[in-house]
Amino acid sequence: MSLISASRRAVKAVSQKGIRSLSSGAEVLAGSGTYQGLTDEDRIFTNLYGEQDWRLKDALKRGDYHMTKEIMCMGPDWIVQEIKDSGLRGRGGAGFPSGLKWSFMPKETDGRPSFLVVNADESEPGTCKDREIMRKDPHKLVEGCLLAGYAMRARAAYIYIRGEYFNEAVVLDEAIHEAYDAGLIGKNACGSGYDFDIFLHRGAGAYICGEETALIESLEGRQGKPRLKPPFPAGVGVFGCPSTVTNVETVAVSPTILRRGASWFSSFGNENNRGTKLFGISGHVKNPCVVEESMSIPLQELIEKHCGGMRNGWDSLQACIPGGSSVPVLNKAHCDEAIMEFDDLRSRGSGLGTAAVTMFDNTVDMVGAIRRLSHFYKHESCGQCTPCREGTSWLEDVLIRMEKGDADKREIPMLEEISRQIEGQTICALGDAAAWPVQGLLRHFKKDIEDRIDDPSSFDAEAAFQKSWSGDPFDNAEWTKEHGGGLTYAS
Amino acid sequence: MLSTRTSRVASAVAKKFQQQSVRSMGTAKSFHLESPNNKAETYFDFSEENYVRVNQVLQKYPDNYRQAAMIPLLDLAQRQAGGWLPLAAMDKVAQICHVAPVRVYEVASFYTMFNRTPVGKYFMQVCGTTPCMICGSEEIMQTIQNHLGIKNGETTKDGYFTLLEVECLGACANAPMVQINDDYYECLSKDSMIELLELMKQDKLPEVGKWGSLPMNGQVSCEGPLGKRSLLKPPVPPKVDPERFKAGEVDPASVKTHMAY
Repeated sequence: MSLISASRRAVKAVSQKGIRSLSSGAEVLAGSGTYQGLTDEDRIFTNLYGEQDWRLKDALKRGDYHMTKEIMCMGPDWIVQEIKDSGLRGRGGAGFPSGLKWSFMPKETDGRPSFLVVNADESEPGTCKDREIMRKDPHKLVEGCLLAGYAMRARAAYIYIRGEYFNEAVVLDEAIHEAYDAGLIGKNACGSGYDFDIFLHRGAGAYICGEETALIESLEGRQGKPRLKPPFPAGVGVFGCPSTVTNVETVAVSPTILRRGASWFSSFGNENNRGTKLFGISGHVKNPCVVEESMSIPLQELIEKHCGGMRNGWDSLQACIPGGSSVPVLNKAHCDEAIMEFDDLRSRGSGLGTAAVTMFDNTVDMVGAIRRLSHFYKHESCGQCTPCREGTSWLEDVLIRMEKGDADKREIPMLEEISRQIEGQTICALGDAAAWPVQGLLRHFKKDIEDRIDDPSSFDAEAAFQKSWSGDPFDNAEWTKEHGGGLTYAS
Repeated sequence: MLSTRTSRVASAVAKKFQQQSVRSMGTAKSFHLESPNNKAETYFDFSEENYVRVNQVLQKYPDNYRQAAMIPLLDLAQRQAGGWLPLAAMDKVAQICHVAPVRVYEVASFYTMFNRTPVGKYFMQVCGTTPCMICGSEEIMQTIQNHLGIKNGETTKDGYFTLLEVECLGACANAPMVQINDDYYECLSKDSMIELLELMKQDKLPEVGKWGSLPMNGQVSCEGPLGKRSLLKPPVPPKVDPERFKAGEVDPASVKTHMAY
C-alpha cells in the first residue's frame, strides 16, 4: 500500500463524524509508514505450527538462549532502552509502551524485592495466541522472563496461567524445570552471576484476573477483584513489593528483539505501531488459524493471505471484531480499509486489543452476537463496582429483548445511556469493555435493531442459528501425517 | 419428623433460587447446600502423596503470604476429592493456609473452576462465547442435550456426564470446542460431538494430540484445516551480530548486590 493512500485513508477515518476515540488526546499516526509482507526469516515464533519439539534441545536449535549472558552484561538500562527504541507496545490489549513500563520499576531497593508477573491469563474472547507460545515455544517465554526480569531488577517471575490451560501449564512447568537443570535460570542464571527464579501459578477460571491488579489479588490467594490505583503495581504490587504485570507475548518477543536489535523490530509496521504480532483469527473464514504477521497489515490482506478469505467471499462480510471482544465491532466499510495496528483501528472507533480477529459473515445476527458478549461480561464482572455489576445485567436483559424485537425504540438511546454510565465509572476496564461492544453495535447496526422492533416477524431466528463451522473441510493430510505425531483424530 | 420438614424447606428454598436468574459461578450456587456427603463434619485430608505436592506449592510463595497457595491447593483438593470441593476440603485448605475458613469459601465461590457440588465422570464445558457461538457452539450444546437428555448445568442419572456452558476458553481459532475434564476437544461438528459422546460412554475418550488438545477435524493445532500459509521453509536461527554486545561491561552480579538480593 502506498504511503499517500494510507495517510489519506487515516485522515478520512478521523474526519468521519461520530467516531469516538477510545482514549482522549491520542494522536492519530495511522498510515505514516508502509507495510511490506513479513518473510519467514523475520518471524519470531518459528515453531508456531509445532514442527519441532518444545523442549530445550530444539529451542536451542531455534536460537533461544543464544548470547543471553552477553545481553545481560549490557546492563538493565541498556535492555530497557533497546526495548524502548524497538517501539514494542504491550501485547496484552492496552498497548502501553513496554520499555516505558519496565522503566517504572525501582532502580534501588528500599528493602523489598521486585517481581515480574507474567499475565498468561488469556481469556479475552477471540484470543488464543499466548497458548501457542506456551505449548510450543515455552523457552522463549522462560528466557524472556529472565531478560525482562533482569531489566526490571526483579528477583523472580511469577507466571499466572489460566487454570483451564492445564496441558499448557504442564509443558511450561516442564520447560521451567529444564531451564533450571541446564543452569539457565535459578542461581547464576546463564552463568551471568544473577539469580532469578520462575514460579508457575495456575489460576482457576476468572476473566477478570487478566486485569493486572486483579491478577495480583488472585496471585495472593484472594478473589480476583481489581485494586484501586494508585498505588500502581510498580510501587506496591504482588506481596506488597514492586511488580510489573506484562503479557506473555511481550515477554516472549523481547529476547529476539534484544538479539536482533531494536532497529530490526522497528522496521516492521507504521510509526508508533512497530514490530510483528501474533494474530488469532476466528469466525467465518475458510482457514481459521494463528499467524505471526507484521503490524499494520491491512485486515483484508491478513484474511485473504492466511485464512483463505471469508467462507462466502469478502463481500459476505458483515462485521469484524479486530481485537478481542472488548473492542467495538467494525462494519464492512471499515473492514475494507482497516489496517491492523493500534492507531488506525483506534481512529475507526475500535482498537487492536490483543489482535484477536473475529470475522462475522452476513448470516450472523449481530444483535444476538453482541447479546452473547454482554452475557459474557455479566458472568465475568467481579461484582465490586455497582455500575458494572448491575449495568452488565441490564445490558444483557435489554439486548435479549431487542434480539426478539420485543422492545421499544426509546430503549435504544437508553441502552446507549446505560453503557455510558458504566464506562469510566468503574475501578478497572471491565466496565468499559462491557460497554464498548454495545456501543459498537449501536453505532453500526442500529438499523437492524430498529427494523426488528418495527416488525419482530421479519427476524428469522432459524436462519440466524449458527451451524458448526471450523473452517473448510480438512485438507492437509500430508502435513498432519508428518507433523502430527500420529495423534491426530480420524473418525 | 422435624428433620424431614427442615429438609423439605431447604429443598424448597433451593428450588426457588434455582428458578430465579441468580448469577451463578460454576456449577453450584453461591451458597452451601448441606447434603449427606457434604457436611462440615465430613472427613477430608490430603493424601500422603499430595502432602508432598502441598509443600511444593507452599515453597513458591513468601512465608508471610501462605494464603497465596490457596488456589493451587483448592485445585489439588478438588482433584483428590474427585472433581469437586466438599466443605471439609475447603476447611482443610484454610487450616493449611492459616486463614479463616470464610477466606477460602469466598475464593472457592468466586472462581468458575471450583465445583462445590459433585460433577460427573466426564465434566463437559462447552465454550459459548461469541467467537464459538458464531461457529456453532449452540448447535454443539443442543447436540449434547438431545443426545444425553440433560440440560445445561445438569448431570446424567448414571453420574457419567455433566454439561456446562462456560465462557471463553481461549481456543477461538479452533472453535467450536468443549473441555472434557482437563483436555480440549476442538473444531467440533455435530457428528464428531456425537462420536465423542459415544466414545465416552464406552470409556474410550481419545487421547489428546501432540500439543495437548485434539482438533476433531484432523488438524494438529492452530494451522487451520487447510494448513499453514507461512513458515514454509524449515526455520533457521536468526542472525545475531556478536559485535552488538561487545560493549557489555555491567556485571549482572552487581545488580544483585545493588538490590540487596
